[in-house]
Amino acid sequence: MNFNLKIWRQKNAKAKGHFETYKVTDIASDTSFLEMLDILNEQLIHTGCDPVAVDKGCQNSGPVSFDHDCREGICGACSLYIDGRAHGPDDQVTTCQLYMRHFKDGATITVEPWRSAAFPVIKDLVVDRGAFDKILQAGGYISVRTGAAQDANNILIPHEKAEASMDAAACIGCGACVATCKNGSAMLFVASRVSSLALLPQGRPEAARRARAMVAKMDELGFGNCTNTRACEMECPKHITVEHIARLNREFLNAKFSE
Amino acid sequence: MADNKLISKIPDGPLAEKWTKRKSEIRVVSPNNKRKLEIIVVGTGLGGASAAATLGELGYNVKIFCISDSPRRAHSIAAQGGINAAKNYQNDNDSIYRLFYDTIKGGDYRSREANVYRLAEVSAKIIDQCVAQGIPFAREYGGYLANRSFGGVQVSRTFYARGQTGQQLLLGAYAALNRQIAAGTVKSYPRHEMLDLVIINGEAKGIIARNLVTGKLERFGAHAVVLATGGYGHTYYLSTNAMNSNGSAAWQCYKKGAYFANPCFAQIHPTCIPVHGEQQSKLTLMSESLRNDGRIWVPKKMDDVNKLRKHEIKPSQIPEEDRDYYLERRYPAFGNLVPRDVASRAAKERCDAGYGVNETGLAVFLDFKDAIQRLGHQRVEERYGNLFQMYEKITTTSPWEEPMMIYPAIHYTMGGLWVDYDLQTTVPGLYAIGECNFSDHGGNRLGASALMQGLADGYFILPYTIGDYLSHKFAEPKTDISSPEFDKAEKEVEAKINKLFSIKGKETVDSLHKRLGHLMWEYVGMARSEDGLKKGIEEIKKLREEFWSNVIVPGTNDEFNQELEKALRLADFLEIGELMARDALNRNESCGGHFRIEYQTEDGETKRDDQNYMYVSAWEYKGDGQIPELHKESLSYENIKIATRNYKD
Repeated sequence: MNFNLKIWRQKNAKAKGHFETYKVTDIASDTSFLEMLDILNEQLIHTGCDPVAVDKGCQNSGPVSFDHDCREGICGACSLYIDGRAHGPDDQVTTCQLYMRHFKDGATITVEPWRSAAFPVIKDLVVDRGAFDKILQAGGYISVRTGAAQDANNILIPHEKAEASMDAAACIGCGACVATCKNGSAMLFVASRVSSLALLPQGRPEAARRARAMVAKMDELGFGNCTNTRACEMECPKHITVEHIARLNREFLNAKFSE
Repeated sequence: MADNKLISKIPDGPLAEKWTKRKSEIRVVSPNNKRKLEIIVVGTGLGGASAAATLGELGYNVKIFCISDSPRRAHSIAAQGGINAAKNYQNDNDSIYRLFYDTIKGGDYRSREANVYRLAEVSAKIIDQCVAQGIPFAREYGGYLANRSFGGVQVSRTFYARGQTGQQLLLGAYAALNRQIAAGTVKSYPRHEMLDLVIINGEAKGIIARNLVTGKLERFGAHAVVLATGGYGHTYYLSTNAMNSNGSAAWQCYKKGAYFANPCFAQIHPTCIPVHGEQQSKLTLMSESLRNDGRIWVPKKMDDVNKLRKHEIKPSQIPEEDRDYYLERRYPAFGNLVPRDVASRAAKERCDAGYGVNETGLAVFLDFKDAIQRLGHQRVEERYGNLFQMYEKITTTSPWEEPMMIYPAIHYTMGGLWVDYDLQTTVPGLYAIGECNFSDHGGNRLGASALMQGLADGYFILPYTIGDYLSHKFAEPKTDISSPEFDKAEKEVEAKINKLFSIKGKETVDSLHKRLGHLMWEYVGMARSEDGLKKGIEEIKKLREEFWSNVIVPGTNDEFNQELEKALRLADFLEIGELMARDALNRNESCGGHFRIEYQTEDGETKRDDQNYMYVSAWEYKGDGQIPELHKESLSYENIKIATRNYKD
């Protein structure tokens, strides 16, 4: 298969970005999207032009930087906006699980980084998602010291509760929800953590405090507000639903009432 | 062989009392002195994150480093199937001793008895801790924790969270870490890669790290350094490891004097999605848990094999009597749940005999037909739903309708930095935990035991043992990062980076890495021989020379540069691969994942040589281009009867 790739290039956080267009040929349909980018990068390394030529419009500023790691859809590192969709045209997959068979032969594919004020570009398609770590540091945990735990079967947790908690805990922290949201809100991300812990008896004592602290941190870091468009749910590669946002709101209101 | 550096420091006394005894001897550091002490932890997987969080709770000043954009991306996240613990919740007569015994036997009698016993001993507490952290383990309808079985054992002791157990455990450790970062006891340095260890007066005192965003080399000092950087399986290029998994930090420690133990023990996992083509970058694991309910087979008739390869029939059309469930046939006592090394070799044996079921001839079936009939769709969905979905996304075949196709692939490395009972390397003040040490899994690791070891080391062992070393250090001032030792280390790293840019050759890092992978798989893979290993060593050397004379690294150092990151790691893989081959050549026996074709029984099983090789090989770096020196730590088994591994009856 052959493709035209229109890819966002940006030297660093401060530089002005631009699109460059490249051709890749002889791509097997079973090749993954990131493997296709690997092939492109091999090409670009061999034919790269110098910085002056790039300034004059040469369509090759060297290999494209993009975040990736496990390449099996669980680490959450990969983060591309492909043809206007987070993680590309397939449903419930990350970019690393996207295969070229989902594209038409000869297609032009547009590839951009996550676009969000809270995720500044580091280079090309790589963004800084450190804000997610900061939100979790604000309260996304249960305060238990190592060694302080009682026997694991002392507190029973109904099967359904554990499963519902696991549904929320499946979040991989990729940021697709933020990138997709027209408001740049991180509500689904925050909700997945708050909801997962709130569903378990171990998470109850801090549930209200956790919701309040994480939402406050989210606001502080420049994420937008949730207006219930549900776009995040549509694009979440782990199918985390807005039901968890409802649970977050409940915990948040509880916190407000008890203040 | 007497060697004054290889003192394992195993406490005296009965096996079951050794850890208690050691804990009572360890000197503790008072809270006001802990505040004066600094510890560097490199790596944020299960080992690193749990250690840093626990050390932070204790009051030490911790700095933690990872190469990813967030600690949560560490490759522990990809572990699927579960974590073992001797809880005996199933009342199937499990015990600490049984977990200990299974692990020693599974490791083919090449791991250290006292370490493994301690691992089994603390395993139960790990589950308690994780549940308290809010990890949503699978539950029975009554609310009790559920279990399943893994390879090499006959009890159900594996705890799991769907097929995402590693993710959930890592998110628990990461949450504990976040709590300490918020409390100010731990400072986190994401997108930082350790490029050298700094030793002052013979003790580990800091690291040189490259800020991956700016390219700047930065110096960090401490009273002790803990390495938790995982394994070196990515030496083979195609593996189940993440693309950024690497052996470089451990390798720098080796080059600074830490001995490297059992490098040839690499685990080849039997159930991975087969290789599909040259453009592939990565192999995807299908969890071992699938072997609880999935049955592995190839056709009995060559005619069926040929038709399958031509897509003339579907696997589901092959009648029951024409299927060879070869694991059940060869190993009736354990069936599909034999250990990984055994299952991998059996798959290779069938494929070598011509029964491979895809076009490349390198695949066997893993079939859920019977399980779906027996358990029903919903229960299979609950157990393996996400794995089925993952498989279908990659292959476009639904495991609900046709069996999965699988083949062995490199997955884990049992070898690693040599450590004593306290998890300290041969460099004082340098500790190694999790996959990057060697101590617990011998020649083969049992499924669901990597997560157990990472968390045992990080939560419950290292935070105690490191106190013994630090109790002598609290009067020492903070490490001076402007010392000549730091200058020298930084200059060396800088010179290496400059050298890489200056080559301006024709071969990309990836193309050279793929070639190393082919060499490793061919000569240091599932079937090794003396001639092959000798040839492999020569070929790896040649490839290394080519790398240093013909690699192309684009861009500059003072920017985000992924090609430079990969080049630095490949430079080390090209040396690690040679040491693996050297160790495999030295070990004239077959055991665990190390299979030398010269040493096998008539029916193709491994043939150990306990007389001559019941030791840990610990390699000492002797300088660039020099042959490393082999040291031996002999293993003795006082509490277990050494036997030929038998999974047949």
